[in-house]
Amino acid sequence: MPTHLEREIERLKRKTLSLSALVEDSVRRSVRALADRDAAAARHVIEVDDRETNDMEVDIEEDCLKILALHQPVAIDLRFIVSVLKINADLERVADLAVNIAERAVFLSEQDPLDLPIHFGVMAEKAQAMLKKALDSLVNMDADLAREVCAADDEVDDINRQMYAKIQAAILERPSRVDGLMHLLAVSRHLERIADHATNIAEDVVYMVDGEIVRHRSTDFKSQI
Amino acid sequence: MVNDATDREPEAKVQTRDLSFYYGPVQALFGISLDIPPRQVTALIGPSGCGKSTFLRTLNRMNDIIDGARVEGEVLIDGRSIYADDTDVVALRKTVGMVFQKSNPFPKSIFENVAYGPRVHGVRSRARLAEIVERSLVRAGLWSEVKDRLEKNALDLSGGQQQRLCVARALAIDPEILLMDEPASALDPRSTARIEELIGELRRDYTIIIVTHNMQQAARVSDMTAFFYEGRVIEFDATPRIFTKPQQHRTEDYVTGRFG
Repeated sequence: MPTHLEREIERLKRKTLSLSALVEDSVRRSVRALADRDAAAARHVIEVDDRETNDMEVDIEEDCLKILALHQPVAIDLRFIVSVLKINADLERVADLAVNIAERAVFLSEQDPLDLPIHFGVMAEKAQAMLKKALDSLVNMDADLAREVCAADDEVDDINRQMYAKIQAAILERPSRVDGLMHLLAVSRHLERIADHATNIAEDVVYMVDGEIVRHRSTDFKSQI
Repeated sequence: MVNDATDREPEAKVQTRDLSFYYGPVQALFGISLDIPPRQVTALIGPSGCGKSTFLRTLNRMNDIIDGARVEGEVLIDGRSIYADDTDVVALRKTVGMVFQKSNPFPKSIFENVAYGPRVHGVRSRARLAEIVERSLVRAGLWSEVKDRLEKNALDLSGGQQQRLCVARALAIDPEILLMDEPASALDPRSTARIEELIGELRRDYTIIIVTHNMQQAARVSDMTAFFYEGRVIEFDATPRIFTKPQQHRTEDYVTGRFG
């Protein structure tokens, strides 16, 4: 017979998973809108998705505060609530980044196509895969899976650096298209930040499961894989 | 009782080595080995009947008065066994004071309650007794409330005040160790908070071991926590660790309220 607190915690888990599904979906749709030059799809992310995720995020935070105040949880329950608070904030940032990407998509769709060999497919896939894995590790309370996410962050950082180089070269070649190119630079940065947040979420899962704070320790993970 | 091997504070004030306890044929404690550090608060937690109070009472041999009580293994204070043939039990109870769950002031004046212990241990001078009574009541946080009515009957005090009087009484004989068995469970929240504050202050000078079924209290007041279950110590660690990252599943289940 679950206690009152256990029921509250289950509810909080479900809400967090709903929010994470919504956020993953927003990222996917904003990236697709960018590739398809689909302003309408992009606007949907900006106007509809964002409102929904903001409401859910506030609701989750209020639940956490309530549980802390009323139940004074300890040990794994406490770590869970603290992790949810942090993961909630990271998800909110990822939702904002999806909106940012969608805004770039709107701008670029209203211009002539850039016609350059600059594609975000690979980078977006990797960032989304990291996010998905981080959220799976949360669902399954799987610290090993979470550690894999932390080890994958460098890849996306590398791609971001390559993007910068490519876009710099393109600006020098075609200075009249600098506006659009700057937007592409921003998209690269946004995707890199999404990967960072996925890493943060994974670190929070490790903390929740193992009770170890593992921020700033990414080099350890790579040697363990 | 001083460890004459060295001038340093010993690492453990109280040590039990493979301590087992029997109430007649029934075994209540199973091979407990604990090192209790000096001048800290150690909390003993666990579900009803787990042996924590029994364990507490072995530390000043209060169990001696129980028929059929039997101890195996060792209890050491400052490195010396308290169950040795030549142990002076009266002196032991001077070193190890005790405060009980239900406060039990004598039906005498406040002054007499606190002076009783020192008198029994040989203090005769009225001036000296008055000094000890005042110091003890000050330490117990009760002096300002009773200093003008020391001759009044102790039973007229409120529950919280009576409990602090019992602390003063325990302190009057100048113990090194203070045992407290659920000292606040019969008190209202405000009195409980005062007792907890008191424990926080006393820990500077005394080694305190407290049995409590109130986990939040253990979390608030103690430095170390021992989790008892069915007569055994399942886990013994720094209190912050027990309440943020316990190592044993059973400990975690207990502190999170999943059982007990």
